[in-house]
This record gives sequence, C-alpha cells and structure tokens, in this order.
Amino acid sequence: MIELDNVAYSYGGDDLLSDISLRIQPGSFHFLTGPSGSGKSTFLKLCYMDLSPSSGLVQVFGQDVRGLARDQVALARRRIGVVHQDCRFLDHLSVAENIALPLTVAGRDVEAEKDNLKALIDWVGLRDQQQQCPPELSGGERQRAALARAVIMGPDVILADEPTGNVDWEMSQRLMSLLIELNKMGKSVMLATHDLNLIRTTKNQISARVLRIANRKLQLAGADL
Amino acid sequence: MKAVLASLMELLRGDVQADRVVPPTGFTATLTTLTAGAMAFLAVFALALSFATGRLAERWSSELARSSTVRISAPEAELEAQTRAAQEVLRLTPGVARSRILGEEEQRLLLEPWFGPDLPIDALPIPRLIEVVEEDDGYDAEGLRLRLAAEAPGAVLDDHTRWRRPLVEAANRLRVLGWTAITLIALSTAAMITLAARAALAANAQVIRVTRLVGARDIYIARAFVRRFTLRTLAGGAVGTLLGMGAVALLPRAAEEGAFLTGLGFVGLHWLWPLLIPLFGAMVAFWATRGAALSALKALK
Ligand SMILES: Nc1ncnc2c1ncn2[C@@H]1O[C@H](COP(=O)(O)OP(=O)(O)OP(=O)(O)O)[C@@H](O)[C@H]1O
Ligand SMILES: [Mg+2]
Repeated sequence: MIELDNVAYSYGGDDLLSDISLRIQPGSFHFLTGPSGSGKSTFLKLCYMDLSPSSGLVQVFGQDVRGLARDQVALARRRIGVVHQDCRFLDHLSVAENIALPLTVAGRDVEAEKDNLKALIDWVGLRDQQQQCPPELSGGERQRAALARAVIMGPDVILADEPTGNVDWEMSQRLMSLLIELNKMGKSVMLATHDLNLIRTTKNQISARVLRIANRKLQLAGADL
Repeated sequence: MKAVLASLMELLRGDVQADRVVPPTGFTATLTTLTAGAMAFLAVFALALSFATGRLAERWSSELARSSTVRISAPEAELEAQTRAAQEVLRLTPGVARSRILGEEEQRLLLEPWFGPDLPIDALPIPRLIEVVEEDDGYDAEGLRLRLAAEAPGAVLDDHTRWRRPLVEAANRLRVLGWTAITLIALSTAAMITLAARAALAANAQVIRVTRLVGARDIYIARAFVRRFTLRTLAGGAVGTLLGMGAVALLPRAAEEGAFLTGLGFVGLHWLWPLLIPLFGAMVAFWATRGAALSALKALK
C-alpha cells in the first residue's frame, strides 16, 4: 500500500532520515517509536505525501509520489486516514463538522452518512462536545476527534501520530480497541508513540511489528517490547 | 453554452456544507459587494451614454443623408440656363454624389408643412430646387458656394443640416467612449475581484492546508471561493444596477430632441440591457476568482 525504498529526508541541513525502506502491507499493524525529535512525524509525513523525499522512492498505492499530480495526491489521501500530532482542525467549524470534513471535501452527502458519524462520535466519547469548536476541547478530546476524522472515510491505511498522547489509560485503551477493530477488518495501521505500555498491551491482542527510529535509520525493535 | 449554464446553476445552488468550510471573510465580502455595486452603477450610466449617443448619431446622420439643396431664384427667362449651369457646377464638384431637380409634386410635399396642401404652386414664384446628395466625405461648401455665385448667380446653397456633421462625429466618439468605459469598468472589476480573492486565499492558507490534508482537490477549494465572490458580485451588481436604472429613469426628460445631456437614458426595450450588467459582472467575477484561486493554489504548497 505504502512503500518506501531507500528514502532519505532532510529539512535543509544534515539528513534527518536516511536509508529508510519499509513496505506497509494490507492488514499490517506497525508501531513507530524513537526519541523525541528522531523523525517519527517526519516519517509519517513522507507516507501521506506532505513531504517528498530528498532521495529514494516513495510509492503510495503503487504510484510513485513524484509523478502524482495534486489531484491524484488528494484522491490518494482520501484512502489514508491521518491523526496529526497537532490535530489540525478548522476552528470555525464544530467538532462534528470537523470529523465529517473528509466526507465534505470528497463531495459525499454528509446527511446520508449521519448514522455512521453519530456512531463514531459516540465511540470516541464526544457526544456532548460535538457542537463545540475545536479550541474549546481538551487535549485528549482533540485527539479523539482527530482519530474519528481519520477513520470516517473508512481508509485503507491509518497513520496516527501520538493519538493517545493526552488521554488517560482507559481512554487510550478504548481508542486502541477502535484501531485494532479496524485492523482486524483489514486496514493497515501505523501508530507513532512513546508509550511502551500501550505497545506491550496491544501486542498481546494482535500481531504488531515495532519499528524504532535511531541514528536516522529505521530498525525493527527487539523482543524487549 | 449548455455546459456553462449547467455549471453556473450548480455553482449558484451551492452546497451549504462546502460553503462553511471556508470561513466568511467579513471585510473583503462587504468591500467586494460594495465595489461591485458601484461598478454596476457606473456601468448603467456608461451604457445609457452609449445608447443615447448612438440614437443621436443615428438621427443626425439620417438627417444628413437627406442631403442639402440648391435653390435657384431667377427670372423666368434665365431659370433654365442657371439651373443647367448650377447642375454642371455640381457635377464637377468633388464630394457631390449626384444632384437632381425636384419635381413639382415633391416640392409641394416639402412645402406642405408650412403652407398647407392647397398650395397653388404654379401661381407662385416658387424657386427651383436641386437636391444634392453628397458622398460620405462631404464636399467643400464654401468652394461650392463661390463657384455657384460665379456660374449661376441666382443659386443659393442651402446646407442647413451639414453643420451637424461634426456633431455626429462627436456623438460617435462619445459612443465609443461609453463602450470603452464599460470595458474599463469590467477590467477594473476583474482586477478588484482578483485582488480580493487573492487576499481571501492568503488569509485562509491554514484552512486550505487542512482541507488538502483531508483530501480536498484544488477545484473544490477554488469553487468555495468562486461561489462566494460570484454571488457577492451578483448581489452587489444587482443593487447597483437597479439604483443606476432608477437614477437614469429619474433624469429630467427633454422635449427637444437636440438636448443632448437630458436625452441620456434608455428607450423601450433598451431598458432590458442594463439588466445584463449584474449577470455580466457575475461572469467576470467567476472567471477572475477562478483564475486567481487556481493559480494561487498551484503556488501554495
Ligand atoms: N518544518 C521543519 N523545518 C525544519 N526542521 C523541522 C521541521 N519539522 C521538524 N523539524 C525537525 O526535525 C526533527 C524531527 O522532527 P519530528 O517532528 O519528525 O520528530 P518526532 O520524532 O515526531 O518528535 P516528537 O516525538 O517530539 O513528536 C526535529 O529536530 C525537528 O526540529
Ligand atoms: Mg512527532
């Protein structure tokens, strides 16, 4: 689905990431760890075509991203659900409208998917907050809304950047169970997190690979996790 | 044409949800509507000017085409000779297309408005009239007058309508100016809307970024802006046009056809023309915003 081949990336100075190769297969579950500033978010941005590699090849759904027109990028993004670390909402829209935004911009009839939307909002526990604006939400509520927005289109791949950074253990388990559910339905999941506990607990439920970024490289983490 | 209309209808119908994605920009919105209104108001007057001068030019030049006359008053004995002499002079005058002696019946018709139908034309010392039809460039009236005086002393050139020639020219110029003004108004509207659209796009860079991240295509984002600016221009233009038409309608009427200034206005079906101004303005806004949006989106990473 998403394939990186010998990819390097730098924001201008030295390479932040180099020699990165990875294949995200359908139905796979990956954790991505690494020290703060090691480039986890950058890696995910390469995957959802927010950044293009300094060198190497990134293929999304079988297409070289360098050859993609902006419209094709837009269409590919509809199949990739992203939870951004900083959430990225439209502050003038309600929480419910923000969650439905991918449907709206894809020209889908939001009214027709009302039930789906409602179920999803209930699932992430935002029923009481859905008419508020994003700035009025707590950090954890924002992350839940971001996760809901990431999955509303039923994407093939879900890329989540610290989706449980600001929520309590119980809520993080709840969010994880949503991701696990989706993974069982065949969606690929890639989740960047510092939370080793979360990784351990999840690994007990499904088979997940743990990747770590260290010294600019992507490594498969050992059995200690 | 059908496709354009269909896309315009779709644009107007809009999409409430999509419209909310781009936040309303209060100040630019008001400014756009106001400017569109002012431009439409001006356009009504430019249009009225064009039509009025067009009418004037048409009327005056049709009077011009009615030619001038050479009137020959001479004793019975000399009349024939002088007529022939005058005709010969006319034949040799550059700029005179042809000349023709008016028959008695025609003379009677010409004089009827002044003397009534029962004019005993035979009994009166009615002068002989030669109709002179001139070419487009006209002839040299002074020169013709001098030559007539030499060849046929009883001949008088009557070119009462010729003085209007420069006026017709002026009217035509004014008409061109009117259309130039309309073109300039359209161009300024396009420029103004391009600037406003660019400002709105720049102010919404963050919104554009987020909508792109969730899979919005350029055309979707552009359409949100296009719809907004087109509708604002349409609304402002409609109000401006109606006010302009009202102002033109309230101009004092002139009884005299020659009263140029007060003749400004629309006549009959011409009143329908200004109604096209808001539509035309909306079209200008549509293309201007679309161009501005698509090029800005291309530049925006
Ligand atoms: N737009 C940018 N321009 C320049 N440098 C950047 C930019 N974005 C990130 N960086 C730098 O790149 C490095 C990696 O950033 P990134 O956000 O990928 O780290 P991360 O692993 O996600 O960190 P964290 O765990 O804190 O979220 C950091 O040192 C950061 O300062
Ligand atoms: Mg990060």
